[in-house]
Amino acid sequence: MSNIAKAFQNGKAFIPFITCGDPDLATTAAAVRAMAQNGADLIELGIPFSDPTAEGPVIQAANIRALSGGADTDKIFDLVRELRRDVRVPMVFMTYANVVYSYGAEKFISICREINIDGLILPDIPFEEKEEFSEICRRYDVDLISLIAPTSANRIGMIAKEAEGFIYLVSSLGVTGVRSEITTDLGAIVKVIRENTDIPCAIGFGISTPEQAKQMAAIADGAIVGSAIVRLLEQYGTEAPAHIGAYVCQMKEAVGSVS
Amino acid sequence: MTNPNGRFGIHGGQYIPETLMNAVIELEEAYNHYKNDPAFNRELTALLNEYANRPSRLYYAERMTKNLGGAKIYLKREDLNHTGAHKINNVLGQALLAKKMGKTRLIAETGAGQHGVATATAAALLDMECVVFMGEEDTVRQALNVYRMRLLGAEVVSVKSGTRTLKDAVSEAMREWTNRIADTHYCLGSVMGPHPFPTIVRDFQAVISKEIKAQMLEKEGRLPDAVIACVGGGSNAIGSFYHFINDKDVRLIGCEAAGRGIDTFETAATISTGRLGIFHGMKSYFCQDKHGQIAPVYSISAGLDYPGVGPEHAHLHDTGRAEYVAVTDDEAVNAFEVLSKTEGIIPAIESAHAVAYALKLAPTLDKDKIIVITISGRGDKDCAAIARYRGEDIYE
Repeated sequence: MSNIAKAFQNGKAFIPFITCGDPDLATTAAAVRAMAQNGADLIELGIPFSDPTAEGPVIQAANIRALSGGADTDKIFDLVRELRRDVRVPMVFMTYANVVYSYGAEKFISICREINIDGLILPDIPFEEKEEFSEICRRYDVDLISLIAPTSANRIGMIAKEAEGFIYLVSSLGVTGVRSEITTDLGAIVKVIRENTDIPCAIGFGISTPEQAKQMAAIADGAIVGSAIVRLLEQYGTEAPAHIGAYVCQMKEAVGSVS
Repeated sequence: MTNPNGRFGIHGGQYIPETLMNAVIELEEAYNHYKNDPAFNRELTALLNEYANRPSRLYYAERMTKNLGGAKIYLKREDLNHTGAHKINNVLGQALLAKKMGKTRLIAETGAGQHGVATATAAALLDMECVVFMGEEDTVRQALNVYRMRLLGAEVVSVKSGTRTLKDAVSEAMREWTNRIADTHYCLGSVMGPHPFPTIVRDFQAVISKEIKAQMLEKEGRLPDAVIACVGGGSNAIGSFYHFINDKDVRLIGCEAAGRGIDTFETAATISTGRLGIFHGMKSYFCQDKHGQIAPVYSISAGLDYPGVGPEHAHLHDTGRAEYVAVTDDEAVNAFEVLSKTEGIIPAIESAHAVAYALKLAPTLDKDKIIVITISGRGDKDCAAIARYRGEDIYE
């Protein structure tokens, strides 16, 4: 069983996201430990990119704070090495294709394996372009996570059949960010996914409250939250980890209550 | 040139979020249907001729030729098109296509404002809604064009993210497209972005080289020895090159913006200083740091101030079929003044980069050689900025 599959063994999964280096790497380390201690099932570590085209204003600002603070790919690898001394929760990287491509995809992915990063989310790599990265990912046993969107329609089956690790189901049109309401018929999409694969499916984009997380967990196998956590970093800076811990605890409790 | 998956050699592709995939597939299918549809082409040709003033003139620049004492110089006058630049060629094609696809709203990015103005114009003409994304810095540099777009009925969104220039306008337009797809067409202004945009924009701009070829055969009875055009994303250049790609004796020369010089950080010369990467939907050359962060580029020209280059240019560079040279701000400003004084033609500062290289090349060639410079746009929009560059305190 892949490490990512284990993340979905403790009831419905709660998956928090954080941009590494926002506002500094020490805060990221403390926040990740707080997430792990408070029930996070899988942690998404964002490697900042100068031009994150799939992100809304909140995570865009986090990327800028992280890059201005001096975070780069090598320092983030070191951060994960350090975290892996005590953090056992499965972790995946979320970044843009150029960060991986520019580093050298094979070198980047081999380091992921070495430091126990279990998967890679590249929002600007759709099904048609994935082979260039997935071929390397398979060799190093790192799952390249597939995304499915509200507009995927006739593409859902094709994507689900080749998906690895888990499926990241995008809840709404548009970029990342907190939304008051999610109107996509996600149940219908999940049904098609289930007809095509057994791997778990987690929903992300727009989720911030325990109530929303519960609703999403009822439809799928887990909920992913980014912007709401990044907002805590924006608000509390280096003091954010304690607040993030409390938030993750509350959210895991909400999704965990769904059977 | 195009492979089925939208590749030009190793460049191109579709590096975009899943949310947009069906939109680009729908666009490709519609384009493949309409590009060979006689009624669509009649309608587009009528718009290009009757509305946009095509064909544009191929003008013999006699004074400039005599002053330089070398090759005979012709100017392809895209500056005489309606709205003052080549951008209208592509926009009329895409807007008409979008309308056939049932879209009612156009969104676009713009740098100097020429593509934004062209899109706002087509939207007004075809009764479509229009939103243009423009970097905040460019809205200041090109304030007049912001007013023109609003006058034409478009909403102009001032983009405050990143470097607040063209690349950020592209990113914001892409974000808006993922947000609203059903009724909206993203009218991309250059030969860049995900497939099928580099092919569609090239095909709509290829009218430039098609006309140059016919006009040159009529005037001189032969093909030119060189075609020179400026390159930001590269749409007027690919349009100027396209019908000559198989004529191996015609040199194709793209002029990138070197800004303050390719040995400085204040440059936008992608092919001279960039390396292979993946950004804005395509694999191509990009100005970037060693960790793949896109570089904040600089040029006096808002239209060339972009950290990437279209994938077909990247391929023409790889194969050696086209040459790419870097032209500094100083050289471009000088050429802006030279063309104004010798021919009474004020070129866009973008086009002045092509003129600047011709000023160097022409004197080295024999008098029986012929070069064509594409004047991609008119320079009225740049007068205040160039005056300031020369130390005169003029504001629009």
